[in-house]
Amino acid sequence: MGTIITVTSGKGGVGKTTTSAAFSTALALRGFKTCVIDFDVGLRNLDLIMGCERRVVFDFINVINGEARLHQALIKDKRVDNLFILPTSQTRDKDALTREGVEKVLEELRKEFDYIVCDSPAGIEKGSLMALYFADHAVVVTNPEVSSVRDSDRILGMLASRSRRAELRMEPVIQHLLLTRYDPERVERGEMLKVDDVLEILAIPLLGVIPESQAVLRASNVGMPVTLDEKSNAGLAYLDACARFLGEEVEHRFTKAEKKGLFGRLLRRSA
Amino acid sequence: MSVVRNANLGPDQNAPFQMRGGSFTLMVLRLVNPDDPGFFPQLAGKVRQAPNFFRNAPVVLDLDDLSAGERTYFDFASFARRLVELQLIPIGVQGGSPEMQAAALNAGLPLVPTGRAPRSEPAASTGVAPAPANANGDEANAVDEKAAKPADTAQPTAKAKAPRKEEAKAAIAQRPTLFINEPVRSGQQIYAHQGDLVVTASVSAGAELLADGSIHVYGALRGRALAGIGGDTSARIFCQSLEAELVSIAGLYRVNEDVDEAVYKKPVQVYLSQGYLHLDPLF
Repeated sequence: MGTIITVTSGKGGVGKTTTSAAFSTALALRGFKTCVIDFDVGLRNLDLIMGCERRVVFDFINVINGEARLHQALIKDKRVDNLFILPTSQTRDKDALTREGVEKVLEELRKEFDYIVCDSPAGIEKGSLMALYFADHAVVVTNPEVSSVRDSDRILGMLASRSRRAELRMEPVIQHLLLTRYDPERVERGEMLKVDDVLEILAIPLLGVIPESQAVLRASNVGMPVTLDEKSNAGLAYLDACARFLGEEVEHRFTKAEKKGLFGRLLRRSA
Repeated sequence: MSVVRNANLGPDQNAPFQMRGGSFTLMVLRLVNPDDPGFFPQLAGKVRQAPNFFRNAPVVLDLDDLSAGERTYFDFASFARRLVELQLIPIGVQGGSPEMQAAALNAGLPLVPTGRAPRSEPAASTGVAPAPANANGDEANAVDEKAAKPADTAQPTAKAKAPRKEEAKAAIAQRPTLFINEPVRSGQQIYAHQGDLVVTASVSAGAELLADGSIHVYGALRGRALAGIGGDTSARIFCQSLEAELVSIAGLYRVNEDVDEAVYKKPVQVYLSQGYLHLDPLF
Protein backbone atom coordinates (compact mmCIF):
# COMPACT_ATOMS: atom_id res chain seq x y z
CA MET A 1 0.00 0.00 0.00
CA GLY A 2 1.44 3.34 -1.03
CA THR A 3 2.30 6.18 1.30
CA ILE A 4 0.95 9.65 0.61
CA ILE A 5 3.33 12.55 1.15
CA THR A 6 1.88 16.04 0.86
CA VAL A 7 4.24 18.92 0.14
CA THR A 8 2.62 22.03 1.56
CA SER A 9 3.54 25.39 3.07
CA GLY A 10 0.74 27.93 3.36
CA LYS A 11 2.95 30.64 1.91
CA GLY A 12 3.32 30.87 -1.85
CA GLY A 13 6.55 30.78 -3.76
CA VAL A 14 8.66 29.03 -1.13
CA GLY A 15 9.55 25.98 -3.19
CA LYS A 16 6.70 23.46 -2.97
CA THR A 17 6.71 22.51 -6.63
CA THR A 18 10.50 22.51 -6.78
CA THR A 19 10.47 20.24 -3.74
CA SER A 20 7.73 17.96 -5.05
CA ALA A 21 9.67 17.46 -8.26
CA ALA A 22 13.03 17.05 -6.58
CA PHE A 23 11.84 14.81 -3.76
CA SER A 24 9.79 12.47 -5.94
CA THR A 25 12.73 12.17 -8.32
CA ALA A 26 15.01 11.35 -5.41
CA LEU A 27 12.62 8.59 -4.25
CA ALA A 28 12.40 7.17 -7.76
CA LEU A 29 16.18 7.18 -8.10
CA ARG A 30 16.20 4.98 -5.00
CA GLY A 31 14.06 2.44 -6.77
CA PHE A 32 10.65 3.29 -5.31
CA LYS A 33 7.73 3.50 -7.72
CA THR A 34 6.71 7.13 -7.25
CA CYS A 35 3.90 9.28 -8.58
CA VAL A 36 3.79 13.05 -8.19
CA ILE A 37 0.41 14.81 -8.47
CA ASP A 38 -0.28 18.47 -9.15
CA PHE A 39 -3.10 19.75 -6.91
CA ASP A 40 -2.85 23.36 -8.08
CA VAL A 41 -5.83 23.29 -10.42
CA GLY A 42 -5.86 26.23 -12.78
CA LEU A 43 -2.30 27.30 -11.99
CA ARG A 44 -0.49 24.12 -12.85
CA ASN A 45 3.30 24.24 -12.72
CA LEU A 46 4.41 20.72 -11.93
CA ASP A 47 4.34 19.61 -15.56
CA LEU A 48 6.68 22.48 -16.47
CA ILE A 49 9.16 21.71 -13.71
CA MET A 50 9.11 18.02 -14.62
CA GLY A 51 9.54 18.78 -18.29
CA CYS A 52 6.46 16.95 -19.52
CA GLU A 53 4.23 19.86 -20.49
CA ARG A 54 4.31 18.86 -24.13
CA ARG A 55 2.93 15.40 -23.43
CA VAL A 56 -0.19 16.26 -21.43
CA VAL A 57 -3.35 14.77 -22.91
CA PHE A 58 -5.59 13.97 -19.94
CA ASP A 59 -5.29 15.33 -16.42
CA PHE A 60 -6.27 14.78 -12.79
CA ILE A 61 -9.63 16.50 -13.25
CA ASN A 62 -10.47 14.37 -16.28
CA VAL A 63 -9.85 11.29 -14.15
CA ILE A 64 -11.97 12.60 -11.26
CA ASN A 65 -14.83 13.34 -13.64
CA GLY A 66 -14.59 9.92 -15.23
CA GLU A 67 -13.61 11.38 -18.59
CA ALA A 68 -10.39 9.39 -18.70
CA ARG A 69 -8.84 6.44 -16.96
CA LEU A 70 -5.96 7.01 -14.56
CA HIS A 71 -3.45 5.37 -16.88
CA GLN A 72 -4.41 7.64 -19.74
CA ALA A 73 -3.53 10.65 -17.61
CA LEU A 74 -0.34 9.39 -15.96
CA ILE A 75 2.82 10.49 -17.75
CA LYS A 76 5.96 8.39 -17.45
CA ASP A 77 9.13 10.40 -16.84
CA LYS A 78 11.65 10.01 -19.65
CA ARG A 79 14.76 10.31 -17.55
CA VAL A 80 14.04 8.37 -14.39
CA ASP A 81 12.55 4.90 -14.13
CA ASN A 82 9.69 4.40 -11.67
CA LEU A 83 8.65 8.05 -11.85
CA PHE A 84 5.20 9.13 -13.02
CA ILE A 85 3.47 12.49 -13.14
CA LEU A 86 -0.26 13.20 -12.85
CA PRO A 87 -0.76 16.72 -14.15
CA THR A 88 -3.81 18.82 -13.39
CA SER A 89 -6.10 20.96 -15.46
CA GLN A 90 -5.15 24.46 -16.45
CA THR A 91 -8.57 25.50 -17.71
CA ARG A 92 -10.61 24.59 -14.66
CA ASP A 93 -10.20 25.63 -11.03
CA LYS A 94 -10.17 24.16 -7.54
CA ASP A 95 -13.92 23.71 -7.42
CA ALA A 96 -13.43 20.82 -9.80
CA LEU A 97 -11.82 18.84 -6.97
CA THR A 98 -14.20 16.71 -4.91
CA ARG A 99 -13.25 14.71 -1.89
CA GLU A 100 -14.78 11.51 -3.21
CA GLY A 101 -13.08 11.98 -6.57
CA VAL A 102 -9.69 12.65 -5.04
CA GLU A 103 -10.09 9.74 -2.64
CA LYS A 104 -10.89 7.38 -5.49
CA VAL A 105 -7.84 8.42 -7.50
CA LEU A 106 -5.54 8.18 -4.49
CA GLU A 107 -6.85 4.73 -3.58
CA GLU A 108 -6.14 3.54 -7.11
CA LEU A 109 -2.66 5.03 -6.97
CA ARG A 110 -1.95 3.49 -3.57
CA LYS A 111 -2.35 0.03 -5.05
CA GLU A 112 0.35 0.60 -7.62
CA PHE A 113 2.84 3.05 -6.19
CA ASP A 114 5.17 3.02 -3.20
CA TYR A 115 5.02 6.78 -2.76
CA ILE A 116 2.52 9.37 -3.91
CA VAL A 117 3.72 12.95 -3.62
CA CYS A 118 0.98 15.61 -3.62
CA ASP A 119 2.13 19.06 -4.70
CA SER A 120 -0.19 21.42 -2.83
CA PRO A 121 -1.12 24.90 -3.97
CA ALA A 122 -0.44 27.86 -1.69
CA GLY A 123 -3.08 29.08 0.75
CA ILE A 124 -5.43 27.44 3.20
CA GLU A 125 -8.53 27.06 1.10
CA LYS A 126 -10.06 24.17 -0.74
CA GLY A 127 -7.12 23.29 -3.00
CA SER A 128 -4.55 23.06 -0.23
CA LEU A 129 -6.97 21.43 2.18
CA MET A 130 -7.76 18.78 -0.39
CA ALA A 131 -4.05 18.15 -0.93
CA LEU A 132 -3.35 17.67 2.77
CA TYR A 133 -6.53 15.80 3.67
CA PHE A 134 -5.32 12.31 2.78
CA ALA A 135 -1.68 12.80 3.83
CA ASP A 136 0.26 10.18 5.77
CA HIS A 137 3.32 12.45 5.80
CA ALA A 138 3.53 16.18 5.34
CA VAL A 139 6.64 18.03 4.20
CA VAL A 140 6.17 21.63 5.29
CA VAL A 141 8.29 23.82 3.04
CA THR A 142 9.43 27.00 4.78
CA ASN A 143 11.72 29.87 3.90
CA PRO A 144 13.82 31.25 6.76
CA GLU A 145 11.70 34.38 6.81
CA VAL A 146 9.02 35.58 9.21
CA SER A 147 5.91 35.48 7.03
CA SER A 148 6.75 32.05 5.68
CA VAL A 149 7.27 30.73 9.21
CA ARG A 150 3.93 32.19 10.34
CA ASP A 151 2.11 30.62 7.41
CA SER A 152 3.79 27.27 7.94
CA ASP A 153 2.66 27.39 11.54
CA ARG A 154 -0.89 27.90 10.33
CA ILE A 155 -0.64 24.94 8.02
CA LEU A 156 0.68 22.79 10.87
CA GLY A 157 -2.44 23.70 12.82
CA MET A 158 -4.59 22.60 9.90
CA LEU A 159 -2.74 19.32 9.54
CA ALA A 160 -3.46 18.65 13.18
CA SER A 161 -7.18 19.31 12.86
CA ARG A 162 -8.42 19.22 9.27
CA SER A 163 -6.67 16.15 7.90
CA ARG A 164 -8.51 12.84 7.59
CA ARG A 165 -6.22 11.31 10.19
CA ALA A 166 -7.20 14.05 12.62
CA GLU A 167 -10.92 13.73 11.88
CA LEU A 168 -10.93 9.96 12.28
CA ARG A 169 -8.63 10.13 15.31
CA MET A 170 -6.02 7.93 13.64
CA GLU A 171 -2.26 8.22 14.12
CA PRO A 172 -1.49 11.85 13.30
CA VAL A 173 0.12 12.96 10.05
CA ILE A 174 3.90 12.74 10.38
CA GLN A 175 5.26 16.24 9.93
CA HIS A 176 8.65 17.18 8.45
CA LEU A 177 10.19 20.63 8.14
CA LEU A 178 12.06 21.45 4.97
CA LEU A 179 13.87 24.75 5.12
CA THR A 180 14.44 26.06 1.59
CA ARG A 181 16.35 28.97 0.04
CA TYR A 182 18.68 29.00 3.01
CA ASP A 183 21.58 31.42 2.63
CA PRO A 184 24.18 30.86 5.37
CA GLU A 185 25.98 34.12 4.64
CA ARG A 186 22.82 36.16 5.14
CA VAL A 187 22.13 34.20 8.29
CA GLU A 188 25.57 35.12 9.63
CA ARG A 189 24.95 38.75 8.80
CA GLY A 190 21.75 38.53 10.81
CA GLU A 191 19.49 39.19 7.82
CA MET A 192 17.89 35.79 7.76
CA LEU A 193 16.45 33.46 10.40
CA LYS A 194 18.73 30.64 11.59
CA VAL A 195 17.69 27.01 11.44
CA ASP A 196 17.36 26.99 15.23
CA ASP A 197 15.12 30.07 15.21
CA VAL A 198 12.72 28.39 12.82
CA LEU A 199 12.79 25.12 14.76
CA GLU A 200 12.02 26.96 17.97
CA ILE A 201 8.82 28.36 16.52
CA LEU A 202 7.64 25.42 14.45
CA ALA A 203 8.90 22.63 16.71
CA ILE A 204 8.72 19.77 14.20
CA PRO A 205 11.57 17.47 13.06
CA LEU A 206 13.93 18.95 10.49
CA LEU A 207 13.98 16.93 7.28
CA GLY A 208 16.53 19.07 5.50
CA VAL A 209 17.98 22.46 4.67
CA ILE A 210 18.07 23.30 0.97
CA PRO A 211 20.52 26.10 0.19
CA GLU A 212 19.60 29.02 -2.03
CA SER A 213 20.85 27.99 -5.42
CA GLN A 214 20.90 29.37 -8.92
CA ALA A 215 20.67 25.82 -10.16
CA VAL A 216 16.99 25.74 -9.20
CA LEU A 217 16.04 28.40 -11.74
CA ARG A 218 18.26 26.82 -14.38
CA ALA A 219 16.67 23.44 -13.77
CA SER A 220 13.12 24.74 -13.97
CA ASN A 221 13.94 26.58 -17.21
CA VAL A 222 14.87 23.33 -18.87
CA GLY A 223 12.12 21.32 -17.20
CA MET A 224 14.37 19.17 -15.07
CA PRO A 225 14.01 18.41 -11.35
CA VAL A 226 17.06 19.96 -9.64
CA THR A 227 17.96 16.59 -8.09
CA LEU A 228 19.22 15.54 -11.51
CA ASP A 229 21.77 18.37 -11.55
CA GLU A 230 24.66 16.53 -9.92
CA LYS A 231 26.73 19.66 -9.57
CA SER A 232 24.19 21.66 -7.59
CA ASN A 233 24.21 21.94 -3.82
CA ALA A 234 20.42 22.15 -3.84
CA GLY A 235 20.18 18.87 -5.69
CA LEU A 236 22.54 17.20 -3.25
CA ALA A 237 20.59 18.60 -0.33
CA TYR A 238 17.39 17.10 -1.73
CA LEU A 239 19.09 13.72 -2.02
CA ASP A 240 20.17 14.05 1.61
CA ALA A 241 16.63 14.96 2.64
CA CYS A 242 15.27 11.90 0.85
CA ALA A 243 17.81 9.72 2.63
CA ARG A 244 16.74 11.12 5.98
CA PHE A 245 13.10 10.53 5.10
CA LEU A 246 13.93 6.87 4.48
CA GLY A 247 15.47 6.62 7.93
CA GLU A 248 19.18 7.18 7.25
CA GLU A 249 21.28 9.40 9.49
CA VAL A 250 22.70 12.13 7.31
CA GLU A 251 24.48 15.21 8.61
CA HIS A 252 23.06 18.53 7.46
CA ARG A 253 25.25 20.15 4.81
CA PHE A 254 25.28 23.64 3.32
CA THR A 255 24.14 25.28 6.55
CA LYS A 256 27.37 27.13 7.27
CA ALA A 257 28.88 29.86 5.17
CA GLU A 258 31.93 28.65 3.30
CA LYS A 259 35.18 30.40 4.00
CA LYS A 260 36.05 31.51 0.50
CA GLY A 261 39.68 31.75 -0.41
CA LEU A 262 41.00 34.68 -2.46
CA PHE A 263 40.28 33.00 -5.77
CA GLY A 264 36.86 31.95 -4.61
CA ARG A 265 35.98 35.53 -3.81
CA LEU A 266 37.44 36.81 -7.04
CA LEU A 267 35.60 34.33 -9.20
CA ARG A 268 32.28 34.50 -7.24
CA ARG A 269 31.62 30.86 -7.81
CA SER A 270 27.96 29.93 -7.76
CA ALA A 271 26.62 26.51 -6.77
CA MET B 1 -22.82 15.47 42.32
CA SER B 2 -20.50 13.59 44.62
CA VAL B 3 -20.24 9.85 44.77
CA VAL B 4 -23.42 8.46 46.25
CA ARG B 5 -23.82 4.94 47.51
CA ASN B 6 -27.22 3.51 48.13
CA ALA B 7 -27.14 2.45 51.77
CA ASN B 8 -29.38 -0.54 51.08
CA LEU B 9 -26.98 -2.20 48.70
CA GLY B 10 -23.98 -2.10 51.00
CA PRO B 11 -20.74 -3.71 49.94
CA ASP B 12 -22.52 -6.64 48.28
CA GLN B 13 -20.09 -8.54 46.06
CA ASN B 14 -22.84 -10.58 44.52
CA ALA B 15 -24.83 -7.63 43.14
CA PRO B 16 -24.88 -7.72 39.33
CA PHE B 17 -24.69 -3.92 39.14
CA GLN B 18 -23.28 -0.90 40.95
CA MET B 19 -25.05 2.39 41.61
CA ARG B 20 -22.80 5.39 41.82
CA GLY B 21 -23.01 9.12 41.44
CA GLY B 22 -21.33 10.54 38.41
CA SER B 23 -20.48 14.07 37.39
CA PHE B 24 -20.52 15.01 33.74
CA THR B 25 -19.78 17.99 31.55
CA LEU B 26 -22.65 18.44 29.12
CA MET B 27 -23.62 20.87 26.41
CA VAL B 28 -26.76 22.90 27.12
CA LEU B 29 -28.99 23.96 24.25
CA ARG B 30 -31.23 26.79 25.33
CA LEU B 31 -34.51 26.87 23.40
CA VAL B 32 -34.92 30.61 23.09
CA ASN B 33 -37.26 30.59 20.11
CA PRO B 34 -37.71 27.11 18.62
CA ASP B 35 -40.59 28.24 16.41
CA ASP B 36 -38.24 30.47 14.44
CA PRO B 37 -37.92 28.97 10.94
CA GLY B 38 -34.21 29.75 11.09
CA PHE B 39 -33.72 27.63 14.20
CA PHE B 40 -32.57 24.39 12.63
CA PRO B 41 -30.74 25.93 9.65
CA GLN B 42 -28.71 28.11 12.02
CA LEU B 43 -28.11 25.23 14.39
CA ALA B 44 -26.98 23.11 11.47
CA GLY B 45 -24.61 25.90 10.50
CA LYS B 46 -23.15 26.00 13.97
CA VAL B 47 -22.67 22.23 13.96
CA ARG B 48 -20.88 22.44 10.62
CA GLN B 49 -18.35 24.86 12.07
CA ALA B 50 -16.98 22.18 14.36
CA PRO B 51 -18.42 18.88 13.18
CA ASN B 52 -16.16 16.66 15.25
CA PHE B 53 -17.01 18.47 18.44
CA PHE B 54 -20.76 18.17 17.92
CA ARG B 55 -20.94 14.69 16.45
CA ASN B 56 -23.15 12.51 18.72
CA ALA B 57 -22.87 15.07 21.49
CA PRO B 58 -25.27 14.54 24.39
CA VAL B 59 -27.29 17.70 24.91
CA VAL B 60 -29.45 19.04 27.74
CA LEU B 61 -32.34 21.27 26.65
CA ASP B 62 -32.86 24.43 28.70
CA LEU B 63 -36.60 25.18 28.86
CA ASP B 64 -36.59 28.47 30.76
CA ASP B 65 -37.50 30.58 27.72
CA LEU B 66 -40.11 28.07 26.56
CA SER B 67 -42.12 28.44 29.71
CA ALA B 68 -41.87 32.21 29.89
CA GLY B 69 -44.58 32.93 27.35
CA GLU B 70 -48.07 31.72 26.59
CA ARG B 71 -46.92 28.36 25.38
CA THR B 72 -48.69 25.36 26.87
CA TYR B 73 -47.53 22.68 24.47
CA PHE B 74 -44.25 21.70 22.85
CA ASP B 75 -43.68 18.65 20.69
CA PHE B 76 -40.55 17.29 22.37
CA ALA B 77 -40.61 14.04 20.45
CA SER B 78 -40.35 15.52 16.98
CA PHE B 79 -37.94 18.21 18.18
CA ALA B 80 -35.68 15.51 19.56
CA ARG B 81 -35.83 13.63 16.27
CA ARG B 82 -34.73 16.71 14.36
CA LEU B 83 -31.81 17.18 16.75
CA VAL B 84 -30.74 13.59 16.22
CA GLU B 85 -30.71 14.28 12.49
CA LEU B 86 -28.01 16.85 13.22
CA GLN B 87 -26.27 14.18 15.33
CA LEU B 88 -27.05 16.02 18.57
CA ILE B 89 -28.49 13.61 21.13
CA PRO B 90 -30.95 15.19 23.63
CA ILE B 91 -30.70 13.35 26.92
CA GLY B 92 -32.62 15.54 29.33
CA VAL B 93 -33.94 18.97 30.20
CA GLN B 94 -33.35 21.65 32.76
CA GLY B 95 -35.40 24.64 33.86
CA GLY B 96 -38.88 25.44 32.61
CA SER B 97 -42.29 25.01 34.20
CA PRO B 98 -43.44 21.73 35.77
CA GLU B 99 -45.84 21.26 32.81
CA MET B 100 -43.02 21.57 30.31
CA GLN B 101 -40.88 19.21 32.34
CA ALA B 102 -43.69 16.67 32.44
CA ALA B 103 -44.18 16.91 28.69
CA ALA B 104 -40.47 16.40 28.21
CA LEU B 105 -40.51 13.38 30.49
CA ASN B 106 -43.26 11.87 28.37
CA ALA B 107 -40.94 12.10 25.42
CA GLY B 108 -38.20 10.36 27.35
CA LEU B 109 -36.30 13.47 28.43
CA PRO B 110 -35.94 13.57 32.21
CA LEU B 111 -35.13 16.56 34.36
CA VAL B 112 -31.37 16.75 34.83
CA PRO B 113 -30.50 18.08 38.29
CA THR B 114 -28.30 21.17 38.28
CA GLY B 115 -26.75 23.22 41.03
CA ARG B 116 -27.93 26.62 39.85
CA ALA B 117 -30.93 28.87 40.45
CA PRO B 118 -33.28 29.39 37.46
CA ARG B 119 -32.57 32.47 35.33
CA SER B 120 -35.03 35.30 35.20
CA GLU B 121 -33.21 37.92 33.12
CA PRO B 122 -31.41 37.82 29.77
CA ALA B 123 -27.60 37.61 29.84
CA ALA B 124 -26.08 41.02 30.53
CA SER B 125 -23.05 42.32 28.68
CA THR B 126 -19.91 42.50 30.76
CA GLY B 127 -18.19 44.88 28.36
CA VAL B 128 -15.48 42.58 27.09
CA ALA B 129 -13.21 44.45 24.68
CA PRO B 130 -11.97 43.56 22.15
CA ALA B 131 -14.77 41.10 21.64
CA PRO B 132 -13.21 37.67 21.32
CA ALA B 133 -14.68 35.64 18.49
CA ASN B 134 -16.55 32.55 19.54
CA ALA B 135 -14.53 29.38 19.40
CA ASN B 136 -15.39 28.25 15.93
CA GLY B 137 -11.90 28.16 14.54
CA ASP B 138 -10.03 24.97 13.83
CA GLU B 139 -10.48 23.80 17.40
CA ALA B 140 -13.67 24.21 19.39
CA ASN B 141 -12.79 22.86 22.80
CA ALA B 142 -15.07 22.94 25.77
CA VAL B 143 -17.67 25.22 24.23
CA ASP B 144 -20.95 25.56 26.04
CA GLU B 145 -23.32 26.39 23.17
CA LYS B 146 -26.65 28.09 23.64
CA ALA B 147 -28.97 28.62 20.67
CA ALA B 148 -28.71 32.36 20.00
CA LYS B 149 -31.78 34.47 19.25
CA PRO B 150 -32.04 34.64 15.46
CA ALA B 151 -31.98 38.45 15.45
CA ASP B 152 -28.86 38.43 17.59
CA THR B 153 -26.35 38.44 14.80
CA ALA B 154 -25.45 42.12 15.20
CA GLN B 155 -24.27 41.64 18.79
CA PRO B 156 -20.63 40.82 19.40
CA THR B 157 -20.52 37.14 20.22
CA ALA B 158 -18.85 37.90 23.54
CA LYS B 159 -22.16 39.23 24.84
CA ALA B 160 -24.09 36.11 23.99
CA LYS B 161 -21.58 33.96 25.79
CA ALA B 162 -20.90 36.02 28.92
CA PRO B 163 -22.73 34.69 31.95
CA ARG B 164 -24.46 37.31 34.09
CA LYS B 165 -22.33 39.35 36.48
CA GLU B 166 -23.73 37.81 39.63
CA GLU B 167 -23.22 34.35 38.23
CA ALA B 168 -19.68 35.10 37.07
CA LYS B 169 -18.16 33.78 40.27
CA ALA B 170 -20.29 30.63 40.24
CA ALA B 171 -19.54 30.13 36.53
CA ILE B 172 -15.80 29.90 37.16
CA ALA B 173 -15.81 26.95 39.50
CA GLN B 174 -18.08 24.72 37.47
CA ARG B 175 -15.74 23.28 34.84
CA PRO B 176 -12.49 21.36 35.29
CA THR B 177 -9.31 22.81 33.86
CA LEU B 178 -8.71 22.44 30.13
CA PHE B 179 -5.28 20.98 29.41
CA ILE B 180 -3.57 21.40 26.06
CA ASN B 181 -0.36 19.41 25.56
CA GLU B 182 0.57 20.35 22.02
CA PRO B 183 1.75 23.61 20.55
CA VAL B 184 -1.12 25.96 19.80
CA ARG B 185 -0.63 26.88 16.18
CA SER B 186 -1.27 30.16 14.42
CA GLY B 187 -4.95 30.58 13.63
CA GLN B 188 -6.15 28.20 16.34
CA GLN B 189 -8.48 29.36 19.08
CA ILE B 190 -8.78 27.57 22.40
CA TYR B 191 -11.63 28.56 24.73
CA ALA B 192 -11.74 27.18 28.26
CA HIS B 193 -15.35 27.79 29.13
CA GLN B 194 -16.03 28.45 32.79
CA GLY B 195 -12.64 27.21 33.85
CA ASP B 196 -8.89 27.57 33.64
CA LEU B 197 -6.65 26.82 30.69
CA VAL B 198 -3.22 25.20 30.97
CA VAL B 199 -0.96 24.83 27.93
CA THR B 200 2.22 22.78 28.32
CA ALA B 201 3.79 23.94 25.06
CA SER B 202 4.30 27.20 23.25
CA VAL B 203 1.58 29.34 21.77
CA SER B 204 2.36 30.67 18.30
CA ALA B 205 1.83 34.20 17.07
CA GLY B 206 -1.61 34.36 15.53
CA ALA B 207 -3.11 31.89 18.03
CA GLU B 208 -5.72 32.86 20.61
CA LEU B 209 -6.28 31.56 24.12
CA LEU B 210 -9.53 32.45 25.86
CA ALA B 211 -10.70 31.44 29.32
CA ASP B 212 -13.33 32.43 31.81
CA GLY B 213 -10.73 31.59 34.43
CA SER B 214 -6.96 31.89 34.40
CA ILE B 215 -4.48 30.98 31.68
CA HIS B 216 -1.18 29.22 32.34
CA VAL B 217 1.34 28.71 29.54
CA TYR B 218 4.36 26.50 30.27
CA GLY B 219 6.16 27.76 27.23
CA ALA B 220 6.43 30.91 25.15
CA LEU B 221 3.25 32.94 24.83
CA ARG B 222 3.44 34.58 21.42
CA GLY B 223 -0.23 34.84 20.55
CA ARG B 224 -3.14 36.49 22.32
CA ALA B 225 -4.33 35.53 25.80
CA LEU B 226 -7.65 36.73 27.19
CA ALA B 227 -8.43 35.58 30.72
CA GLY B 228 -11.55 36.21 32.76
CA ILE B 229 -13.55 36.93 29.63
CA GLY B 230 -16.76 36.30 31.54
CA GLY B 231 -15.93 39.25 33.76
CA ASP B 232 -13.84 37.60 36.47
CA THR B 233 -11.35 40.29 37.44
CA SER B 234 -9.43 37.88 39.67
CA ALA B 235 -8.31 35.77 36.70
CA ARG B 236 -4.61 35.81 35.91
CA ILE B 237 -2.28 34.91 33.07
CA PHE B 238 1.01 33.10 33.67
CA CYS B 239 3.66 32.28 31.08
CA GLN B 240 7.31 31.28 30.88
CA SER B 241 8.15 33.80 28.20
CA LEU B 242 5.99 36.83 27.59
CA GLU B 243 6.00 37.64 23.88
CA ALA B 244 2.25 37.94 23.56
CA GLU B 245 0.60 40.01 20.87
CA LEU B 246 -2.02 41.00 23.42
CA VAL B 247 -2.95 40.11 27.00
CA SER B 248 -6.30 40.88 28.57
CA ILE B 249 -8.09 40.27 31.85
CA ALA B 250 -11.82 40.84 32.08
CA GLY B 251 -11.64 43.11 29.08
CA LEU B 252 -8.69 45.28 30.10
CA TYR B 253 -5.92 44.68 27.59
CA ARG B 254 -2.35 45.59 26.75
CA VAL B 255 -0.71 45.11 23.34
CA ASN B 256 2.81 43.90 22.66
CA GLU B 257 4.09 47.37 21.89
CA ASP B 258 3.12 48.64 25.33
CA VAL B 259 4.79 45.84 27.25
CA ASP B 260 7.77 46.97 29.31
CA GLU B 261 11.20 45.84 28.00
CA ALA B 262 12.00 44.57 31.47
CA VAL B 263 9.38 41.82 31.34
CA TYR B 264 9.48 41.01 27.62
CA LYS B 265 10.43 37.35 27.01
CA LYS B 266 10.58 36.73 30.75
CA PRO B 267 8.42 34.53 33.01
CA VAL B 268 5.56 36.82 33.89
CA GLN B 269 2.32 36.95 35.82
CA VAL B 270 -0.45 39.24 34.54
CA TYR B 271 -3.19 40.35 36.92
CA LEU B 272 -5.64 43.16 37.56
CA SER B 273 -5.29 45.29 40.62
CA GLN B 274 -7.28 48.45 41.29
CA GLY B 275 -8.33 48.69 37.69
CA TYR B 276 -4.78 48.48 36.35
CA LEU B 277 -3.15 45.61 34.46
CA HIS B 278 0.06 44.51 36.21
CA LEU B 279 2.74 42.50 34.43
CA ASP B 280 5.05 41.21 37.15
CA PRO B 281 8.13 39.04 36.70
CA LEU B 282 7.65 35.65 38.30
CA PHE B 283 11.18 35.15 39.58
